[in-house]
Order: sequence, then structure tokens, then C-alpha cells
Amino acid sequence: MNGHLTEEDLLLLHYGELVDAEAAERHLLACDACSAAREALLGDLAALENDAIPERGDDYGAAVWARVQPGLRPPTRLFGMTPRQFAMPAAMAATIVLAFFVGRVTHVAPPSPTPPPQIVEREVVRERILVVAVGDHLEKSRMVLVELSHAGNGKRKVNIAAEQQWAENLLANNRLYRQTAVRAGENKVASVLDDLERLLVEVASGPSELTAEEVATLRKRIDSGGLLFKVKVLGSQLRGRERAPGHDASPKVIS
Amino acid sequence: MRMEDDAADVTAARGGDEDAYRRLVERHSRNVFRLAYRMTRSEHDAEDVVQNAFIKAFRRLEHFESRSNFGTWLHRIAANCAYDVLRTQKRRQREEPLEPDPANPEARALPSLGPSPDRLAESADVRARVARAMSRLSPLERSAFVMRHDQGLSIREIGVALGLDTSATKHSIFRAVRKMRVALEPVSEVAS
Ligand SMILES: [Zn+2]
Repeated sequence: MNGHLTEEDLLLLHYGELVDAEAAERHLLACDACSAAREALLGDLAALENDAIPERGDDYGAAVWARVQPGLRPPTRLFGMTPRQFAMPAAMAATIVLAFFVGRVTHVAPPSPTPPPQIVEREVVRERILVVAVGDHLEKSRMVLVELSHAGNGKRKVNIAAEQQWAENLLANNRLYRQTAVRAGENKVASVLDDLERLLVEVASGPSELTAEEVATLRKRIDSGGLLFKVKVLGSQLRGRERAPGHDASPKVIS
Repeated sequence: MRMEDDAADVTAARGGDEDAYRRLVERHSRNVFRLAYRMTRSEHDAEDVVQNAFIKAFRRLEHFESRSNFGTWLHRIAANCAYDVLRTQKRRQREEPLEPDPANPEARALPSLGPSPDRLAESADVRARVARAMSRLSPLERSAFVMRHDQGLSIREIGVALGLDTSATKHSIFRAVRKMRVALEPVSEVAS
């Protein structure tokens, strides 16, 4: 190894992730300066273990269980479906997205200047399947948003464990569709999915028991910036796109 | 043996034995809380993370590979829950550094800069400094650091969890360590 080891090298070496660890060790044997730097780093890393963390008593586990147990109840049905039936399985969504991009690649680099009509036709079909899947996803998300904004009805404590589970199930596909929309240059679709994703994360990772005020805040979040409205409009635009006959292969939603 | 207890309880819990899952919750709560607090720096948020992590883990129990360590698997779920909480906060607070939790006086106490003959006071000082330095890291830096340093996840695994490429993940960890070492500097001077 030429030259001294940087702080980054020493840190990676400590975590076992330095590419040429053997050369680094050899250098450390020969170089007092780097050796001292390593000592200092390890000393500081050890000091970082001394974090001020509030203590929890022996009965803490029982207290946590009391809060966790109500959330383990079997999933509630919404619109006659369990959460699992509700969102499309992630593997199926991934297959649709993959098929879409495989189609795009053949379109970008066709073997001949004008691809034969059956390739264009196949691509239109792929695109349409994706449009249907995203439209369906938005419609389901809309149903959950409506459900959430009506949650509680003025009750003091509201349990949204079921809505959380639907949100979590929708989240994985939402991420996938958002990334797809970004890559496909569908900026408007990507932006709505991005707003939707933030809300889904917030619901899925927040507490299951909400106070009336927290429900009101959530409702405001759903209404603010017109998220519910945007999801509804985009959903119906995509359904319109899906019905339009002889649509070209790369239609964009007009913003 | 705790790991053997875990394996038996996971099998029973998968079969619908709620009592077995209660034992897992009771056994792991304190450690999950420590991890959640280390990442969120708020008792309130840490409690939410603990609760959500156990509910999520229960729903995903069928995906747990029985050969692996339940504690490690659970901690990964908790770290992801904590990161989700940090991300939504970041959106709310517009990148403002998280303030130390007022409910935790030790984190709030300003570290004394003068030399102290009392070793106990000195270690309390280090703890307060570390707590303040941790609070000032960005959510990404703190998450990446805790995942690497406390949980022993590889840089690649952390990148997957946080949605970053390898180089961005490395730099988040480097920045975190750099900032925290700077925060520790006066302590080392006092000690020498
Ligand atoms: Zn050297």
C-alpha cells in the first residue's frame, strides 16, 4: 500500500469492509502514525457506545405486550377482502413492471429501423397491463384514504390497525410503480405516487391507536394538497388511457 | 439458552400460540427499545417503533427463516420502522436537527467543558456528548451508523434498507463518525 491510511480506510478496516485489508494491516505494522490513528479511532468508537438511553424497568416487556397484543388480531376485511387479497401480490406487480421494461428495451434498440408491427403491438399490450395495474392500485389506495379520513367519527380513541395493514400492503407496490414511472418519464404519475407513498409510510409506521386530534391531523394531511383528489383524477385518467383504442405506445398523462 | 427459547417460541407462535409470541415480546422489548431510541432520539417515537416492530414481525413470522437469529431479524425490522419514522419527521421538520428529548434530562444537560476530577461525572459527560452528537446527525447518517455499528449490517445491506447506493451509504457512515469524533474532541483533551 502506498501512502498512509485515511480515516475512511481505518473505519472500513475495522468493520471488515476494506477491499485490500491485508495491505492495510501490513502498512499498520510498519507505520507508527497510522497505528496511532487507528488506536484513536477505536477509542472514539468505543466512547460512542456510551450513549444516554433512558432505562426501561423489568416490567417493560409486559407493558409492551399489552400494547402489541390488540394489533395481532386477525386482519379485518375491508370491502369484502382481506389485506392480502386487497393489494396485488408484490411478485405479480414486479413481473408486470419487468415485462414493461423488457418491452421498452426492444423498442429503444430495434434490430431494424422500423420494428415489425407485432413487436409494437406486444409493447402496447405490456404498457396497457401496467397502466391497468397502476390504475387499480390508485383505486385501492383511494378506498383506504377515504376509509382513513372517516375513521373514528368523533370517538376519543381510534384504532387504525386494519387501515395500517392495508397501507403496508399497498406500500411495496407503490414504491415499485413510482420507480417505474420515474424511469419511464411519467413525471405526473411519479409525483402523485410519491405523495401517496409518504402518506402510506406515515400511516403504516405510525401508532395504531390515534387520538381524535391525531385523526383530524391525518384527515388534514389527506385533504391538504388535494391528495385524495389527485389520486382520484389520475386513477380515472389511467382508466381512460386503458380504454382509448389504438393509443400510441408511449402515451403520457397531460399535466 | 435464549436463542433456543426463541426458536421454540417462534415455531409455536407461527402455529398460532399467542402466549409464545408474548414471551418473545417480553424477552426482546428492552433491546428493541434501546435500538429504537438510539435511532429516533425520542422516547415517544421509540415506543411507537417498538410497538410497530413487534406487530410487523408477527405478521411476517411466516417469512422468518428458522435457522437465523430471531433477535437479529427483529432488530432489522425495528431499524426499518425507526428509519420510516425519521423520514416522515424529516419531511415535517424540514431538515432541522432533532433536539434532544426533553424527557431525558441526561441528553438535555449541557456537557461541562471544564476538567472534572470525578470519573463518574466524566463518564456522564461523555454520555451527554454522545447523545447530543447523535441527535445532531441527519436521519440518514444516524440510521446508517446505527445499522453498521450497532447491528453489524454490511454496507450493501444498509444501502438496500435505506435505498442508497454503496458509495452514498459509505459516505453517510463516514460523515456520522466524523461528526461524532469532533463532538468528542474536548473530552479527549480533558482526559489527557
Ligand atoms: Zn501510515
